[in-house]
Amino acid sequence: MPELPFPLPSVQQVIFVLIAGLMILGALTVVLARNLFHSALGLVAAFFGAAGLYLVAEAEFIGVSQVLVYVGAISTLITFAIMLTRGMMFGATSPRNRQSGTAAMITLLAFVVLWALVSTIPWPQAGEAIGDGEAIIAGLGRAFVNEYVVPFQLLAMLLLVALAGAIVLARDRK
Amino acid sequence: MNWSDTLIQLQYDLGAPQELSWLVEGITFFVGAFVLANAALVLALLLIWITRKVVSRIQDRIGPNRLGPFGLFQTVADAVKLLSKEDIKPTTADTPSYLLAPVLSVMGVLMALAVLPIGAGLIGTDLNIGVLYLVALGSLGIMAALMAGWGSNNKYALLAGFRVVAQLLSYEIPMVLAMLAPVLLIGTMSMQGLVQAQSFFLGPVNLGVGWFVFLLPGAFLIYFIAALAEAEQTPFDLLEAESELIAGFHIEYSGMKFAMFFLAQFLNSFFLGAIAVTLFLGGWQGPFAGQIPLLGPIYFLAKTFLVYVVIQWIKGTFPRVRIDQMMGFAWKVLVPLVLALILAQMVILKLPLPLWINYLLVLAANLAVVATVLNIMGNYFQSEQIRSKRAFEPKSLIGTMQPVQSSSGD
Amino acid sequence: MVPLSWYLIVAAFVFCCGLYAVLGRRNAIAVLMGIELMLNAANINLVAFWRYGVAPMQNLDGQIFALFVIAVAAAEVAVGLALVISVYRNRRTVNLDDLNLLKG
Repeated sequence: MPELPFPLPSVQQVIFVLIAGLMILGALTVVLARNLFHSALGLVAAFFGAAGLYLVAEAEFIGVSQVLVYVGAISTLITFAIMLTRGMMFGATSPRNRQSGTAAMITLLAFVVLWALVSTIPWPQAGEAIGDGEAIIAGLGRAFVNEYVVPFQLLAMLLLVALAGAIVLARDRK
Repeated sequence: MNWSDTLIQLQYDLGAPQELSWLVEGITFFVGAFVLANAALVLALLLIWITRKVVSRIQDRIGPNRLGPFGLFQTVADAVKLLSKEDIKPTTADTPSYLLAPVLSVMGVLMALAVLPIGAGLIGTDLNIGVLYLVALGSLGIMAALMAGWGSNNKYALLAGFRVVAQLLSYEIPMVLAMLAPVLLIGTMSMQGLVQAQSFFLGPVNLGVGWFVFLLPGAFLIYFIAALAEAEQTPFDLLEAESELIAGFHIEYSGMKFAMFFLAQFLNSFFLGAIAVTLFLGGWQGPFAGQIPLLGPIYFLAKTFLVYVVIQWIKGTFPRVRIDQMMGFAWKVLVPLVLALILAQMVILKLPLPLWINYLLVLAANLAVVATVLNIMGNYFQSEQIRSKRAFEPKSLIGTMQPVQSSSGD
Repeated sequence: MVPLSWYLIVAAFVFCCGLYAVLGRRNAIAVLMGIELMLNAANINLVAFWRYGVAPMQNLDGQIFALFVIAVAAAEVAVGLALVISVYRNRRTVNLDDLNLLKG
């Protein structure tokens, strides 16, 4: 067998590249699509990609919560908002605003800086082995009622207030 | 012994090299997924046949009886008819969402197969978050309905899509909370773990009848009602409401794309029944299922088909509810009741009492929930009965195209 | 195993997409979508640093923080979209360039 110039990718790496490709395509659709509904579809693809990346990183609980909250709730809300304001979608001149040229420059610069930053630091190539997934979920549960109990309760309050506030804001007063 | 372990061992015995372990595992899971998905497609034909037979018996008809034994092949003929139909796409449709929606709806349903425990070692993969995974899959169906409603570029489809999403989102909350009751009782989300916890030992013999439905009937009832709504079955089949919304969000779909929505709906009600069986009716457990492994799948399928027939029975007998009644029932009855139930269960289980008294108290709380739900439903059907009687009175003007005096009706 | 830097680069790219959507898109809902993308990118980093950190079985802080971010994002989107719909009802536009009532 001839010597390859680069090491053969492992199955995990191939899966990672596929999922990351989905996510990047979705993110680009969000930014570039003229039709806002297509942007929302791209957003769903990006959310699925993120969930897949969590699964590759063996964080199953986060991955499934991501699908549940982002795909199930947040994209549905966004799609509803798009449909309720759909007078905005047709006949609009350009999806970009006046400062989009500057914005593109800033974004490109930010990406280049981040890339440079990532490539200068020797990051670990592999994490420690993870055994039982059940123990992680149990640990998450315990952390939420022990050291993180105050933020957890505050979060519950925040969700309640947001729920009530959203209803008050969006209600038709007529 | 797990089926996947058996299959992997078989491949090594046939001479697969050890260093290709990822390929061996890949082949194993591909075979499993292939077999399960195709079995589900064949199953759908059987489910449609059962629906037709049950409903026609309720309506005093015979149902399909021409093709094959007992008319079993009628659905095959219908599938061939749908396949050979012209595939129409509206010119103004939004192509990507119009084409993706049927695929997504079938995918969301089929993915549930991965965690359904059919037998002792017969499960696609025993995720330690199995229950949460099933809940998350519901969001795929919601997205599919939205995409179909929007992509068809038809106002009826869009309206129906809105209604379906509102229905699915509202009933997801009581369903998830009811599924939480057995999960919190046992402390695991793994499907096999939940099934194992429902064994009942009489001496050394596992009779397998320690079903959660005997301890948590209230949670089971709420799950079942919410599952009817999630599966878009009568009395909550507002999605189909032929007289109001023509056929729901898939009005613009024809041929095989329509068949995919149809398939997803039937399989979804079957799988929601299978989840009910796994969480509340003992899964594959039953007398002597531990001794004879073959009995496990038989018990599981028998129970699931029984639940499915009950769903079709309800389809044949119940009237359809109005949308405001349906949403009100979810938010004003089911959600508060199931929240109170979960709270009561967790407080009772922490009381410093003997365990059997704790369990008795949990059972009492559940029975109170059952009584409340049945009472509310009874009141509703009684008032509907009075209304419909009044509508068919000889002097009633409803439906006669004549102006109804406001005082004469009441 | 996948190197940590791959996660970071994917997250950086998605973050920059979100940044561009926030700065350069005209529609308020598109801006909200950009914010969601940025939050997701941050979440990917959090989970990746948890996975490649020391003793991932004990130090669950990365995952916990990611869960907090998910919940806060849900609250943020609910209020944000309610605001967008409220604005649309009053001004018949969700175009951010046209919402310049407070401009001096």
